[in-house]
Amino acid sequence: MKICVLVKSVPEAGVTKRINPSTGRLERGGETRDNPFDTHAIEAAMQLKEGGELQVDEIVAVTMGPEAAAKALRKAVSLGADRSIHLSDEALAGSDVNGTGYALARVLATESPDLVLLGQQSDDGECYTIGAVVADHLQMPSLTQVIKIDVEGGALRCERQAEYGYDTVSIPLPAVISVGDAINEPRYPSLKAIMGAKKKPLETKSAADAGIEADRVGYDHARAHCAEFAEPPAKAAGQIIEDEDTSETVEKIVAWLDERKLLA
Amino acid sequence: MSGILVYALHYEGAFNKNSLGAVSEGARLASELGTECHAIVVGEGVSDELAASLGAYGASKVYRVEGPEGLAQPVVDAMEAAIAAGGHGYALFGGGLLGFEIGAGLAARLDAGVCMEVTNVRVEGGKLVAERPILQDSQISSVHYRSDVGVIIGRLNAFEIKQTGGTATVEDLSVEFKAHSLQAKMLQRGEQRGADVNIEDADILVAGGRGLGNAESFQLLEDLAGALGGAVAATRAVVDAGWYSYSAQIGQTGKTVAPKLYLAAGISGAIQHKVGMQGSENIVAINKDANAPIFEFSDLGVVGKLEQIVPKLTEAVKARKGA
Repeated sequence: MKICVLVKSVPEAGVTKRINPSTGRLERGGETRDNPFDTHAIEAAMQLKEGGELQVDEIVAVTMGPEAAAKALRKAVSLGADRSIHLSDEALAGSDVNGTGYALARVLATESPDLVLLGQQSDDGECYTIGAVVADHLQMPSLTQVIKIDVEGGALRCERQAEYGYDTVSIPLPAVISVGDAINEPRYPSLKAIMGAKKKPLETKSAADAGIEADRVGYDHARAHCAEFAEPPAKAAGQIIEDEDTSETVEKIVAWLDERKLLA
Repeated sequence: MSGILVYALHYEGAFNKNSLGAVSEGARLASELGTECHAIVVGEGVSDELAASLGAYGASKVYRVEGPEGLAQPVVDAMEAAIAAGGHGYALFGGGLLGFEIGAGLAARLDAGVCMEVTNVRVEGGKLVAERPILQDSQISSVHYRSDVGVIIGRLNAFEIKQTGGTATVEDLSVEFKAHSLQAKMLQRGEQRGADVNIEDADILVAGGRGLGNAESFQLLEDLAGALGGAVAATRAVVDAGWYSYSAQIGQTGKTVAPKLYLAAGISGAIQHKVGMQGSENIVAINKDANAPIFEFSDLGVVGKLEQIVPKLTEAVKARKGA
């Protein structure tokens, strides 16, 4: 069977993220890295492969984004993916959740995966939702924010936290599962794997290659259109104490609490 | 008619607070638009009484659909059918995991625009505009819909519950579920793990996050909470890691609290956590990372190692209280 893992490049944690006011889009310049949640999805795929209860023949990393997004694919193959697909097309730039999920689903459809795994959220857009969009297009059962996957009779027994406690759900394959960061501790790639990553096949596809209808993607066709950007109501900045002498720090905290009558 | 359809989540005979907030918000917006707010309930044997109770929050009609509970995909089918029947222009969800899943699935199904983490909705030129904080809440973007149906997914606790005292008619809607929507099977729902802790009534909460490093470090927080006369709470990350009890969890899939003092130790301050505690009167954060987002909304921020600071703070609080 084949597992496809969706990955994404996001701005490096230290890079100040800002919206370009004239385009309404996140500026994607500056250093990028793979979305931290994605490594959990790749690790989950690797554990299913190594667990041996499913015969996993191939793990394919898939991303959508500009040229720099290929970095996330290299990380994915260094962590164990066998090959990768980069959907890259200027026509896709500025797609909203609906357009992005549709485009990714088109690429995935060409691969006919038995399982699609992804991280539950990206570090920049914080959308949580791509998994559910992709699943509806692929007409597969789906679950998001999964923190435990066991193979049981060829189906996946998934656990997650929902509104009322922990839910356990059985999902037959093929399926789309997004995972939370509590699901595993991702491994670090070995130097050899990092070096070898460049040798693994990377296929670049255009929107047309994937059969993506042009009027469903890109900024101009976004069904949800971000127009204006405003500053939120300012909250008075809090007081900050740098802990140099802990006794002094603690004295300051106690005085602060005392002033507010919280130690009564 | 371009009405508003609101998804109402229920469990064990009661509606979710966020769903009641969403129905109230839907009713407010519908009245401004000069249209109606309808609700939809999907479940096994939902009573007339339960369904009709949404009338009190402003729904004029409640679609009742017989179907599996606790899973998103059957609700996508149900809402697609309701919108086909009622011609609604917007689908509205309160915060929570199912709302995100259903809203996203529905957007895909209807090729509709979707906006999540919405904190406010306004009416502009006879249409709804969703406001969503982005980039760690540093900016608020306005989202305009350019599709027949606009999907609005609220942030947890964004919509206030308001009783209007109205009544709703209950209409049974028969839905032909898609094959893939019925493939996932709920084996167990709402399992509670760990000790039962009451954090919602505490005036003082000492909350721990991943920065604690391990389950044992929660003892430091137990001691401080004991000295302050409060209770201990936790983030989702540490609950999922098994370091603390689920019933003490704050945030998106946990509880919402507003104590007099919220002391956050080793918590970075992700949005999913923030939505559960931002109503606290006084927020104190201890974190070794000076760039942690929590310092942006704490009243007192302490940059330092919690394993050094917390034990000394416990002693100092005891000494002060003993004096």
